[in-house]
Amino acid sequence: MKLTLKIWKQANNKTAGKFETYPVEADEHMSFLEMLDVLNESLLTEKKEPVVFEHDCREGICGSCSMVINGQPHGPNKGTTACQLHMRSFKDGQTITIEPWRAKAFPIVKDLVVDRSAFDRIIQAGGYISVNTGQAQDGNAIPIEKGLASEAMDAATCIGCGACVAACPNASAMLFTSAKVSHLGLMPQGEVEHTKRVQSMVTQMDTEGFGNCSNVGVCEAECPKGISIENIARMNRQYIGSVFGSATKVEKA
Amino acid sequence: MSWITNFLTSSIGRKLIMSLTGLFLIQFLLVHLIGNLQLLVDDGGEKFNLYAQFMTTNPIIKATSILLYSGIVLHIIQGLLIWKQNSGSRNTRYAVSKNPNVDFASKNMGWLGTIILVFLILHLWQFWFKMKFGTMDMIPYEGVEVKNLYALVAATFKNPFYVIAYVIGMIVVGLHLKHGFQSSFQTLGLNHKKYTPLIKGLGSIYSILVPLGFAIIPIYFYFFR
Repeated sequence: MKLTLKIWKQANNKTAGKFETYPVEADEHMSFLEMLDVLNESLLTEKKEPVVFEHDCREGICGSCSMVINGQPHGPNKGTTACQLHMRSFKDGQTITIEPWRAKAFPIVKDLVVDRSAFDRIIQAGGYISVNTGQAQDGNAIPIEKGLASEAMDAATCIGCGACVAACPNASAMLFTSAKVSHLGLMPQGEVEHTKRVQSMVTQMDTEGFGNCSNVGVCEAECPKGISIENIARMNRQYIGSVFGSATKVEKA
Repeated sequence: MSWITNFLTSSIGRKLIMSLTGLFLIQFLLVHLIGNLQLLVDDGGEKFNLYAQFMTTNPIIKATSILLYSGIVLHIIQGLLIWKQNSGSRNTRYAVSKNPNVDFASKNMGWLGTIILVFLILHLWQFWFKMKFGTMDMIPYEGVEVKNLYALVAATFKNPFYVIAYVIGMIVVGLHLKHGFQSSFQTLGLNHKKYTPLIKGLGSIYSILVPLGFAIIPIYFYFFR
């Protein structure tokens, strides 16, 4: 199948970017990233600069293949990352526009690669459980209700790809942050620190310059892991509850 | 910064203010509608004029109205701040943007709110301002002179321009409510597998019935009075 690609090219965050058009011949069985590999291969043989994009596991769990394909993060299919998207989802002769995640908090590194370390800093602010090192305790020593465990697991499937931020009209990171707050806070091990965690993570999220949540719900629709905005509601009530119902004070950095 | 200012300037804190003031204004709309539907009573305006007299002179209502004005102002200021912050969160816009199944209103609350503000200024200038500071025709009921607001309403809605403006205003209010109603619950953290469909359903009904009720008034006066 013959395709025309319109790809965003930008040398770094300080220079202006623009779209470049590339023709490419692809096979319908290829994944989207394999199609881009084919393109780069041919660009390299022509001694031209390849298109820079991020990838790692190519099995939909690392969350690095961030790109907006025809106006949708990770492309048109529901619940898939760009690496799991196959060329059979496109038509022969189609023009495909590929853009990086666009958010102030995610500065462009080069072409389609953005710096998502804002997410890392949100995690560093409280997305962990403080434990004493030593021997792991018996897994069955703490009884956890199955429904609760499943809910925590659903939130924990977040791969931190940033599609929620990319899709949100306000570039808000509420879905990501709330998924992390939820998956830790729902478990008894994580509940211990949860009043401080929710305040620290929300404060860090705000500091990073993400927008505010307007409850549009497009994050949930575009999330490759189908994380629910119920998590956002949980974070809202836990944050409000923590600020007014606990002695915990978290200062802005 | 103290913990409370920290909260009020946080994204969730700002949204909480939007949600609470929004819910307060939502309930006000219903009270306002019930009062105004007395305009449809065929008694030459006696019921409505006495009601208007009560609403502008009763001390408890007067005190509550201060709460209402502050609610509106707070909702506007906070909304503008959030809008400004949100529009600054993305430097370059997408060349192609496709949002599947997204409610139109949810992405345009700022613009819808702006139209409502323009409508509100017109509405207040036409009735509220004239009632409070203007000279009004008086009408006696059982020996007591009362401002004839009914006559002003009837005269205003003989102008087709105002009728159209009010109907458009109500459509915009309906769209704003459609998203705002259920969104305010989500912001409060009230999202529940059992109750959320109920809240959304109630919000949809409310966002149709209340603006419809208001829109009937100018249409009724234009065509049947």
